Amino acid sequence: MKKFLSVLLICTMLVGLVGCTGGAKKSDSFKVGFIFLHDENSTYDLNFINAAKEACDLLGVEYILKTNIPEGQECYDAACELADAGCGVVFADSFGHEDYMIEAAKENPDVQFCHSTGTKAHTEGLSNYHNAFASIYEGRYLAGVAAGMKLNEMIANGEITEDQAKIGYIGAYTYAEVISGYSSFFLGARSECPSVTMDVTFTGSWYDETAEKEAATKLIDGGCVLISQHADSMGAPTACENAGVPDVSYNGSTVDACPNTFIVSSKINWTPYFTMAIKNTMEGKEIPTDYVGTIGTGSVELTDFGPAAAPGTAERVEEVKNNLIAGTTKVFDVATFTVDGAPLDSYMADVDTDPEYQGDHEVIVDGYFSESGAGFRSAPYFDVNIDGINLLDTAF
Amino acid sequence: MKSKNSEPLFHIVKRKSMPMKNQMLVRLLAIAAAVIVCAIVTVITTGMNPLSVFVAVFEGAFGSARKIWITLQDTAILLIIALALTPAFNMKFWNIGGEGQVLIGGLGAAACMIELGDKIPDPLLVLLMFISSVGLGALWGAIPALFKAKWNTNETLATLMMNYIAIQIVAFFTIYWEVPKGSGKIGIINQTTNAGWLMQVGNKYMLTIIISVLVMVGTYIYLKYTKHGYEVSVVGESEMTARYAGIRSGVVIVRTMIISGALCGLVGLLLVGGIHHTITTTIAGGQGFTAVMVSWLAQFQPFAMAGAAFLIIFLSHGAAEISTSCGLNQSFGDIITGIILFFIIGCEFFIRYQLVFRSGAHVQMEITNVQTEVSDEQTEVTDTKLGVTTAQTEDSNGKEEANQ
Repeated sequence: MKKFLSVLLICTMLVGLVGCTGGAKKSDSFKVGFIFLHDENSTYDLNFINAAKEACDLLGVEYILKTNIPEGQECYDAACELADAGCGVVFADSFGHEDYMIEAAKENPDVQFCHSTGTKAHTEGLSNYHNAFASIYEGRYLAGVAAGMKLNEMIANGEITEDQAKIGYIGAYTYAEVISGYSSFFLGARSECPSVTMDVTFTGSWYDETAEKEAATKLIDGGCVLISQHADSMGAPTACENAGVPDVSYNGSTVDACPNTFIVSSKINWTPYFTMAIKNTMEGKEIPTDYVGTIGTGSVELTDFGPAAAPGTAERVEEVKNNLIAGTTKVFDVATFTVDGAPLDSYMADVDTDPEYQGDHEVIVDGYFSESGAGFRSAPYFDVNIDGINLLDTAF
Repeated sequence: MKSKNSEPLFHIVKRKSMPMKNQMLVRLLAIAAAVIVCAIVTVITTGMNPLSVFVAVFEGAFGSARKIWITLQDTAILLIIALALTPAFNMKFWNIGGEGQVLIGGLGAAACMIELGDKIPDPLLVLLMFISSVGLGALWGAIPALFKAKWNTNETLATLMMNYIAIQIVAFFTIYWEVPKGSGKIGIINQTTNAGWLMQVGNKYMLTIIISVLVMVGTYIYLKYTKHGYEVSVVGESEMTARYAGIRSGVVIVRTMIISGALCGLVGLLLVGGIHHTITTTIAGGQGFTAVMVSWLAQFQPFAMAGAAFLIIFLSHGAAEISTSCGLNQSFGDIITGIILFFIIGCEFFIRYQLVFRSGAHVQMEITNVQTEVSDEQTEVTDTKLGVTTAQTEDSNGKEEANQ
């Protein structure tokens, strides 16, 4: 075995030499590194991967993609390896990557580290570490409008009564990013269909096809007539297609797999952020500590509507979208929802994450909950349980 | 004339032993064959130059100083788990609970770091982490061993099930300690104070590597030169023999599994306190199972295990690099790894056994020149030169008998 090893080592060194000479013709162009939790089989990561390629091709820079990087020391290793390989900016896409990106940022002060969905940049005080998110709650609100119109159509057709207009929602975890998502979706739906209610269940995983499929089936069996999700597999859309229940998906269109039940999908388009961050680094300009892309900047998008969408949906959604851009409609307008029967006049949100989750910022501004607002942080902090939404389980 | 083909096409015969030189040759041939098959698969499925894929594999493990250190560190972790399992394997106690023993050890360390982080001095904290990791790992090993010793329960099932219990306990505590609430992750523990982080020796990778070498040498001495090691192998041979020799096999089983579990717990400490500084249900990453293969591949020899562990880590880092630098899906890297492992494990079969083909018998006959077989009034003589079985005439049959 020892000889075998030494032979293996010699082979290694020989091929290593070949590798080195091969790698000598490195171009001087700017390099960008990306870290993804999964690979293109996850809709969430695919959305990031597509944006990464698009932004780099747009700017003509080289890129290195590292897929399937767990939320552990592997993320730190990957980030440092990308810095070693000469990347000027390194991006990571998963919430759990954050602490390891911060460690890498401390160690490589000359490289910019950008973390999507993270919450700590504004309290870490590192000049080369940045957070980014998008006002996806606006996208979900619009998707909710489409869902509400579908429910209205079903009521008008006599398929369901007004009281049976119940939405089912599959969430991954019970923290603000997910709560903000389903609440905005629900408020969008209720703006069209006032009698709507919603059941929410959680899977405890960002990507668990079986659990998501089972959750969708459970919700459908429980009387939900329309399904949406905040988890990254095809589990829920597939279950909906099998059961013939209309579905609003996330991260991208699922119309190919679900031609009969797909209504619409909202997604974050990361290309504007990636392009801005890379360009700023190349030009020596600063990247904002917290960046929030909006519908206005092209960071939040709706896909094309599927055949299951109610007639007139596109026009109505376009109208609401313009109102959101103009600021005349606010997603979390405190006049549109109550908490435990009372309006939410004041709320101290946990913007600066601490182990006790103590509220530290008043986020009700001018009569609405200022989600991902200026002066706070990019990642969502809307974690209020509003009336009309029924949480089936909160184990996660 | 009935033709007689009742003899199977080939027999599998255990080899007495193969000279070291030949063994190495077989292994090299296996690797060469694996490389060729990988190249063919690469060309057929991707149309890429297979050389670029192989270069990527080496780049993944040795592409930079950092990558070499990480490769060595990961090898060290896998090696310690394999070494931990080995005393149990020598006893023919199939401990496939390494994963759970590592996890529960890691949980012990994490609990100390989170609950006592800023309350007690750091050296005391690290000591407590060590005690709880090693202790919990030992407990996780001892439970199935006690059942085995007392009631002769099946240790394979018991250790396997202990894995799932450990995973669920860690899952529970992940949610108990999660930051922020509802996110399902703990994140780096004591990131600002570094309380309970194991000290660095030289760089952040060295400590694990040094410990793995110590454990390797220690395991070798323990198994080869101590009374305990001897007792382990006697119990492994036969419990009856052990009893006859006055060895209390129950005691040996429990004691050995405590050692096995304690070493796995130590790995948990290294993973949580030294490397990741967090705890997740996937922190052991299936290495508790991979280590079973490492231990077997090395035929339970501690030093050979370093080579086997290195091979596995080298391939897994290589596979990851394929997806990065060649733009191929991770699955492709896994396919390449699978092909290489298939050949390497497969060649061990040919080192230990040989196939004797029907025609293979003829080769032996050349030595003895003429050989006859008598069966059911029919005598067949094998034509040694042509290797074709021919039936003889009555006349020659008679001559043969006369010769005899």
